[in-house]
Amino acid sequence: MTEAPPIVEMRGVSIAFPGVKALDNVDFRLFPGEVHTLMGENGAGKSTLIKALTGVYRIDSGSILIAGQERRLHGTADAQSAGISTVYQEVNLCPNLTVGENVMLGHEVRGRFGVNWRATNRAAAEALATLGLADLDPRRPLSTISLAMQQLVAISRAMVTDSKVLILDEPTSSLDANEVEALFRVLRALRDQGVAILFVSHFLDQVYAISDRLTVLRNGRYEGEYLTRDLSRTALIATMIGKDLEALRSLESQRQAQERDRTVVPLVRAKGIGRTGSIEPTDLDLHRGEIVGFAGLLGSGRTELARLLYGADRPDTGEMEIEGRKSALHDPVDGLDHRIAFSTENRRDEGIVGDLTVRENIILAVQAKRGWARPLSRREQEGIVREYMAALNVRPADPEVPVKNLSGGNQQKVLLGRWLATNPELLILDEPTRGIDVGAKAEIQEIVAHLAGDGVAVVFISSELEEVVRLSDRIVVLKDRRKIGEVVNGPGVTAQDIVDIIAAHGAEAALASDLVDPDGKDRAA
Amino acid sequence: MSTTGTGPRHLVRRQYFWGIVAIVLLLLVNVLKDPGFLALSVNPANGNLVGNLVDILRAAAPILMIAVGMSLVVATGGIDLSVGSLMVVAGAVSMEFLKASGDASSGGVALGALGLALAVTALLGALNGILVSVVGLQPFISTLVMMLAGRGLAKVITSGQNTAASNEPFRWLANGFVLGFPVVVLLAAAVVVAVAVVVRRSALGLMIEAVGINRKASRMAGIRPRGLLLTVYGISGVLAGIAGVFATASVMTVDVSRTGYQLELDAILAVVIGGTSLAGGKFSIGGSVVGALLIATLDKTIVFLGVSSSATPAFKAAVIIVLCLLQAERVRSLFRQRRAAGSPVSKEGVAA
Amino acid sequence: MTSTLVPGPTGPAARSGIARLAGTMARTWRANLAALPTLASLVIFAVMIVYGELTYGRIVQYNTLSNLLVNNAHLVIIAVGMTFVILTGGIDLSVGAVIAFSSVAGVMLANAGWNPWVVVVLMIGSGTAFGVGSGLLIQYANVQPFIATLAMMFLARGLASTLSTTPERLPEDSAIRSLATRFKIVDGERVDDLIVTPGVIIAILIVAAGFFVLHRTRTGRTVYAIGGSEQSAALMGLPVVRTKLWVYAISGTLAGLASVVYTARLGIAQNITGIGWELDAIAAVVIGGTLLTGGAGFVLGSVVGALVLGLMNVLITRDGGIRPEATTIITGGILLVFVLLQRVLTARGRGRSGESVPARPPESGLA
Repeated sequence: MTEAPPIVEMRGVSIAFPGVKALDNVDFRLFPGEVHTLMGENGAGKSTLIKALTGVYRIDSGSILIAGQERRLHGTADAQSAGISTVYQEVNLCPNLTVGENVMLGHEVRGRFGVNWRATNRAAAEALATLGLADLDPRRPLSTISLAMQQLVAISRAMVTDSKVLILDEPTSSLDANEVEALFRVLRALRDQGVAILFVSHFLDQVYAISDRLTVLRNGRYEGEYLTRDLSRTALIATMIGKDLEALRSLESQRQAQERDRTVVPLVRAKGIGRTGSIEPTDLDLHRGEIVGFAGLLGSGRTELARLLYGADRPDTGEMEIEGRKSALHDPVDGLDHRIAFSTENRRDEGIVGDLTVRENIILAVQAKRGWARPLSRREQEGIVREYMAALNVRPADPEVPVKNLSGGNQQKVLLGRWLATNPELLILDEPTRGIDVGAKAEIQEIVAHLAGDGVAVVFISSELEEVVRLSDRIVVLKDRRKIGEVVNGPGVTAQDIVDIIAAHGAEAALASDLVDPDGKDRAA
Repeated sequence: MSTTGTGPRHLVRRQYFWGIVAIVLLLLVNVLKDPGFLALSVNPANGNLVGNLVDILRAAAPILMIAVGMSLVVATGGIDLSVGSLMVVAGAVSMEFLKASGDASSGGVALGALGLALAVTALLGALNGILVSVVGLQPFISTLVMMLAGRGLAKVITSGQNTAASNEPFRWLANGFVLGFPVVVLLAAAVVVAVAVVVRRSALGLMIEAVGINRKASRMAGIRPRGLLLTVYGISGVLAGIAGVFATASVMTVDVSRTGYQLELDAILAVVIGGTSLAGGKFSIGGSVVGALLIATLDKTIVFLGVSSSATPAFKAAVIIVLCLLQAERVRSLFRQRRAAGSPVSKEGVAA
Repeated sequence: MTSTLVPGPTGPAARSGIARLAGTMARTWRANLAALPTLASLVIFAVMIVYGELTYGRIVQYNTLSNLLVNNAHLVIIAVGMTFVILTGGIDLSVGAVIAFSSVAGVMLANAGWNPWVVVVLMIGSGTAFGVGSGLLIQYANVQPFIATLAMMFLARGLASTLSTTPERLPEDSAIRSLATRFKIVDGERVDDLIVTPGVIIAILIVAAGFFVLHRTRTGRTVYAIGGSEQSAALMGLPVVRTKLWVYAISGTLAGLASVVYTARLGIAQNITGIGWELDAIAAVVIGGTLLTGGAGFVLGSVVGALVLGLMNVLITRDGGIRPEATTIITGGILLVFVLLQRVLTARGRGRSGESVPARPPESGLA
C-alpha cells in the first residue's frame, strides 16, 4: 500500500522501570496512509510504546525517527509539534469546555479583543464537518455529547493541528457497534488522505476490520510485523500468547475430568449477576474443591465478574446465593465475612499498602476481619507471616521491610499470603502469576491445586491460557464483557480449543444462545 | 527490627531526632543567657517542683493534646483546621457551666463542666468526621468552616464576653500539683499514653496508616474507611477539648478572641517536626510529642530572651514551609531516577 | 446513548418552525446549564432585597445600595482572585492574612514618609509575592494548595504581627485616602444619595478584567480546562504549569489591591485585619455558582455572591436581634449548605461505585 518511507520508525527501543523491562529492543514502523494496529496481551508493552511516541516516557536506548529524522521527544508538546497526536481511551479532553474549545484551544482565532469566538467556532465546525460531524454545534459543552462523538472531537483536534500521525489507544472500548462503524469510516477517510494511524485494541474483530498491518508485542519484545490479510486470527492469538500452533495443540489439560455430583449445592450460585458497562448478566456456579478458570482476552470482563463475586463492586442485576442462602455483597467486608478472598490484578493501586511492612500487609485482611479492637498479638502475626512467607518463598525473607521495596513478583506473593491467611472458602485470583518468574509460577500453581484438594473453591483468572488449561476443572470463556461458553476440562481439552471458541465468536453470533451453555457441557471442538 | 535505613519508619525516627537536637540547642541558648536556667528546685512551702523546665512542660500540655489529635487526622490523609476553635468552645462551655452553677468548691460541678465541654467538642469533631467521610467533603473546607464557625459558636455561648468563673477543683486541673508534679503535665502525659496505647496496641493505628497510604487497597482488604475517619476526627475533637480545658483552667477565664487562636499552626508544626507526612500514611505519636515540646521550648526561649513574641508565628510558618519543602524533596529525589517531561508519572504499572 | 451518528448526509431537510425553536431552546438550555447556579444566586440576591425591604424597609434606596458596593469593594476584588484559583480546583487561604500584612506594611511606610503611590505599588506587590510563593510551593514542591496557602497565611499574619500589633493610622492627608473619596452621582433626598468611590470603580474594572481574561483569552480558558481535567489539559498541550502559577499570582495581587482599597477607606491598618476573609471570599465564590472542585463558574457570580454576603450583614445589623458574633457561624453555615448542594448535584451525575466516596479531588485539598 505504500512505497513511501515510514513516517515513524523505532529501532531497538528499550525502556526499563525498576524491576521490569517494559520494552526490550523493540522495532516498529508506521507508514503514511495506513492503519496499523499494535497488539499484545497485558504487560506486552503497548502502552509503553505509545507513551514513548507521545513524549511521556524517555527511551533508554535505541532511536525514534520521525519523517526520517531522529528525534528526542521531551513531552507531549514536543510530540505534538512533531506531528503526532493521540486520542486516549478516556478521551483526554475537558468535559466542562465546549466542543469548539476542545477542538481549538491552543490555536484559537484571536482578534483585537481577545479570542474571537465566532471565528474560532467556525474553524471548529469546519474541522468537525470533515469528519462528518457537520451537525454538531461547537457551542455545546463536551459533556453533553456521547463518548463516541467526543472521540471524534478528539480526532478533530488532532486534525486541526495537521497531524501526520494519529494514535488511537483503545478507542472502541465504550462504543456500540454503530458507533464503531462510524469511527472506522472516519479512520478510513483519514487514512486515504495520507494520515498514518496507529491503532491499539484488543477486540479482534475490529482489528481485522480496520487494520492494514499488525505489530505484535509480547512481554516487552517485538514478536513480528504482519500484513493483516496474511495472518489468521488463530495465528495472531498464538503469537500474542507466545505459543506456536503445534505447541498449542499439544497442551493438554492435566486435570482429571471430574464427575460433578449435581445434587451438591454449589458454594456460590450467581444468577444473572451483572453491572452496567462492565459485565453482562451472567450465571455462574462455583463448587467447593473446584478450580474454575476464567479465560478470555483483555477487556472480556473477567475482572469485572470477579469483583462482583467478592463484593468489591455492587451488581446492578441478578442475585447471589452463598451456601444456598441469598446474600448481597455490598463491600469487601461482606465478601470477607462470607469467607471469600479476592486477589486483585492491579497490585499497585488496589493491592499493596506500600509503606507498610511485609508483615503488616500479610495480616491486613485477617486483622480487618477481626476488627480494630481485637489486634493480633505479635506472636500470632509472626506465626502467620512465617508460615506464608515460607510457603510462598518471599524474598527477601525479612518481614519488616516496607513492601514497596520488594520486586513485583514478591509483592504478588505477599498479597497471596494476605488472602490465604484469611482461610477462605472461595479464593478468587486475578492474574496471580503476572510478573512472577517461572519457578514461582509453578509454586503458585501447586498451591492452588493443593487448596482445591483441601476443598477450597478457586476462581483462577489469567491471560496465559496454558495456565488456565493446566489448572482448571472448568473453564468459563468470556469475550466482550459476556460469558460465551463453559468448557469442562479433561484430557483432550487444549488451549487451542479455547482459542477457537474466542476466535469463532463474532459480534453477529453474540446472540446465539446455543453458544452459552449453562449446563457446562463439553464445548470442545 | 529491620534497620534498612531507607524505610519510612526509620526516616520518621531520624526526623524527630532533629527535633530533639533542636530542643537541646534551644535550652543551651537559654543556659547561655542564664546558667541557672535549668535549675529545678522544690518550693519549701508546698513541696512543688519549680523551675523553667516545669514551666515548659506545663505550657506544652495543651499543645501536646492537639498535636496528637492532629497526627491521627493527618495520617488518614486529612487535616483538622478547627482544633484551635474547638479549644475555645470547650473553654466557653466549661466557664459558662461553672459560672452558672455558682459552686466554687464542688468537684462534681467541675467534673460536670469537664464532661460537658468534652462532649460538645467530641460532637463537633464527629461532625467534621461525618462531613469528610460520609458526605465526602474535602477535609480542609469542612474543618475550615468549623474553625470559623466554632469560634463564633463560642462567642455566642458567652454572649461575646470573656467569661470567668471560679471553681477550685477545675482550677486545680491546670494549676495543681500532685507529689510535687504539676497535675496538668501528668494528665497530659496520661492522655498521650492512653491514646498511644489504644492506637498502637489495637489495630487502629495500623488501619489508620493503611487508609492514609492507600485507601483503595485498604478497602479491598476489608477495612471500612468511613467509620475510621469518623472516629479519628472525633478523637481530634475530644483532644482539642481537653487542650481547651487546660488552657482555660489555668486562668479560669475564656478569652473568646485569643484562646486557641492560631494554635492549628502549632499542631501542624508539631506533627511535621515529628516526621509525619502531611500527605498521610505513617505517623508517629512520639514524634508529635517531641514537636510539641519543641514548640513550648521555643515559646519559652523567645520570652526568656526578651525577643518580641509577635515574631513567633511568622517564624513557625517559615519552619513549616521549609519542612514541607524538605518532605517534598524526599519525594522528588525518589522520582529522580526516572522519567521525564514534567508530570511525576508513577512507576511500576506497565499494563500494556 | 444519543442517537446514531450518521456522517455525511444530514437529517430531515425541512424542520418545522416549532421543532427548530425547541431545538434552539434545548441547545441554549444545555449550553447554559453551568450558568444555572449563578442565576440562582442572582435570584437569592433579589429575594433578599425584597425580603429586606419588606421587613426592615429602606433597603431599596440609593445610599443603602451604594454603601453595599462601597463597603464590599475589597471583598469583590478578592472574590475575583479566589474565583480564578478555585476554577483550577485549587484554593487560596492566605488572602485575609495578605491583606493584613499589606495594609500594615503600607500604612507604616506611608507614615514613614514614603511616596504614597510607591506605597500603593508595594502594597500590591507584596500580595503578588505571597501569591507567587504559594504558586511555587504548589507547583514545584508538590505541596497541596490548601497547605501551601495555609502556610502563607500563617506567614503573612505572622509578619504583620511582627511589624505591629497596634492599629496603625494612615496620615489624614495621605494621597492614598483619595481612593476612598465619595463622589455623589445622584443627589437624592437628604442622605439618600448614590455614592461611588474610586474603590468601587477599581472593583468594577477588576471584575471586567477578570471576565475578559476568563472568557476571551487562552489563559482564561486554560484555567477552566485545568479545573475540568488537569491531566487532559496537559495532554492537550495547554500551558498548565504556567497558568497555575499565574492563578496564584493573580490571587495574591488582587489581595494586595483589595488591601489598598480597604485601607484607603478605613484609614487604619491592623495585624488582625482580614481574619476570616478567606472564608468570605470562598463563600462568595461558592454562592456565586462556582464549583469548589473547579472547572465551572463565573466571575460575575462571585460578585453576586460577595454582594449577597454584604447584604446579609446589612440585614443582620438592621435586625439587631442576631448577635454580631453569630455572623461567622451563619457565613460558615451558608458555605456549608452550598458546598453540600454542589456535592449532591455532582455526585448524582457520577456513576455509582460501591465505594465510600471521598476520591481525591483534583487539587485543592487532601481527601
